Amino acid sequence: MTEAATALKTTPLHALHVELGARMVPFAGYDMPVQYPLGILKEHQHTREKAGLFDVSHMGQVRLTGADPAGALETLVPGDIKGLAQGRMRYTLFLNDQGGILDDLMVTNAGDHLFLVVNAACKEQDVAHLREKLAGKAEVELLDDLALMALQGPAAAGVMARFVPEAATMKFMTCLSATFKGVPVILTRSGYTGEDGYEISCDKADAEMIARALLAESEVEAIGLGARDSLRLEAGLCLYGHDIDTTTTPVEAALEWTLPKRRRAEGGFPGYDIIHRQLTEGASRRRVGIQPDGRQPAREHTEIQDTAGATLGEITSGGFGPTAGAPVAMGYVDTANSAVGTALTLVVRGKPLPARVAATPFVPQRYYRG
Amino acid sequence: MTRKFTKDHEWVLVEGDVATVGVSDFAQSQLGDVVFVELPEAGRVLEQGKEAAVVESVKAASDVYAPVSGTVLESNQALVDDPSKVNGDAEGEGWFFKLQLSDAAELDDLMDEAAYKAFVEASH
Repeated sequence: MTEAATALKTTPLHALHVELGARMVPFAGYDMPVQYPLGILKEHQHTREKAGLFDVSHMGQVRLTGADPAGALETLVPGDIKGLAQGRMRYTLFLNDQGGILDDLMVTNAGDHLFLVVNAACKEQDVAHLREKLAGKAEVELLDDLALMALQGPAAAGVMARFVPEAATMKFMTCLSATFKGVPVILTRSGYTGEDGYEISCDKADAEMIARALLAESEVEAIGLGARDSLRLEAGLCLYGHDIDTTTTPVEAALEWTLPKRRRAEGGFPGYDIIHRQLTEGASRRRVGIQPDGRQPAREHTEIQDTAGATLGEITSGGFGPTAGAPVAMGYVDTANSAVGTALTLVVRGKPLPARVAATPFVPQRYYRG
Repeated sequence: MTRKFTKDHEWVLVEGDVATVGVSDFAQSQLGDVVFVELPEAGRVLEQGKEAAVVESVKAASDVYAPVSGTVLESNQALVDDPSKVNGDAEGEGWFFKLQLSDAAELDDLMDEAAYKAFVEASH
């Protein structure tokens, strides 16, 4: 093993992944399962048809406390955090002064604190950013003693109800403190696959017991990061560091829905002037869904041209969509070429591949709205 | 008639002066689920060790190189229609293309099945 490989961190479920025959790969500093013996294609389909269990313990779980943590957090993100009722959660973005995206995150109002879930690769810088910008206003704690799993798919609710009966009636983007076989868990009805499901936060000492209990249910299979990526891509969801980063604004990234009316009017978040101008006048480029013709996938960094051969941008996520049964992609094009149906050319391995701007998600989202 | 293998995990099976080419079972297991193949058209002249085809799995694209030089006689249309045949039967129904051999001596550069097995075990 190389020095880099020995330095990889592991999650509390590492031994279980190895026992299940996972192919492990380095991801954001962790040794993570990219796939299990089932394979990415079947893991993807299983999640869409039944339920998949994902280890997402590498992600950062952060507790924000203070006199007014919501008010404090609103100085760093454009979301309506003050308006978040207790037990509810939403998706928002850490922004820089240029309106660029530092990370995307989930924020839950957990009553006496805010509970944040941030990306693995960004978690240390996110915590440093929070501590620096919110000094004197909020206390920031990285919850390293917690594990995080996601149970996703149409059978997720039925399975979870066998352990946590009150989970069945939770609405999408809500949170619940509960016990799972006697141990405390925080459940959120959320995920990042486009399917109904839950994320389960628990003490890392309880993670393996919970994972084994869920995997023992006939509908549940362990699913790796490979299928997680194809699932979220089909669902039209951004992957940080690929579809969004410090060079993209929420308007360019087609994430205007993260900019609620009050925040648009009041401002008070980083990059407000730029974002407000882009909301009013439009941005020069936009993230769109892209459907290549035929079966050949177009991968990240593939050049996107208009049909006359002028460069428009590049693919930021692309691959084969197992449920769509076709290649699917996302990328940036100039706004004039961003309408659904616009013909594009992708330069794949030096050859032009015809494609169209497509509506996302590529498969219908099936969140539980109650 | 013996099957020979390259270090890039292609196989070649020669009958007379016609060589059938594919990727090894080990290669398909490493690639994962194959979703697309791009095969050379008949008449194309391929050079040993140079790019001949493309195979794309759910996660990545990989080049397939010509194990020997020759002229493409036909490619496997069934594979274009159902790329999962690579996973199901890499060294049988999952063949990629057939070549008219131009230099049979090139076969001497390749490994036989036992040598290839040892090579895979040593390198993975």
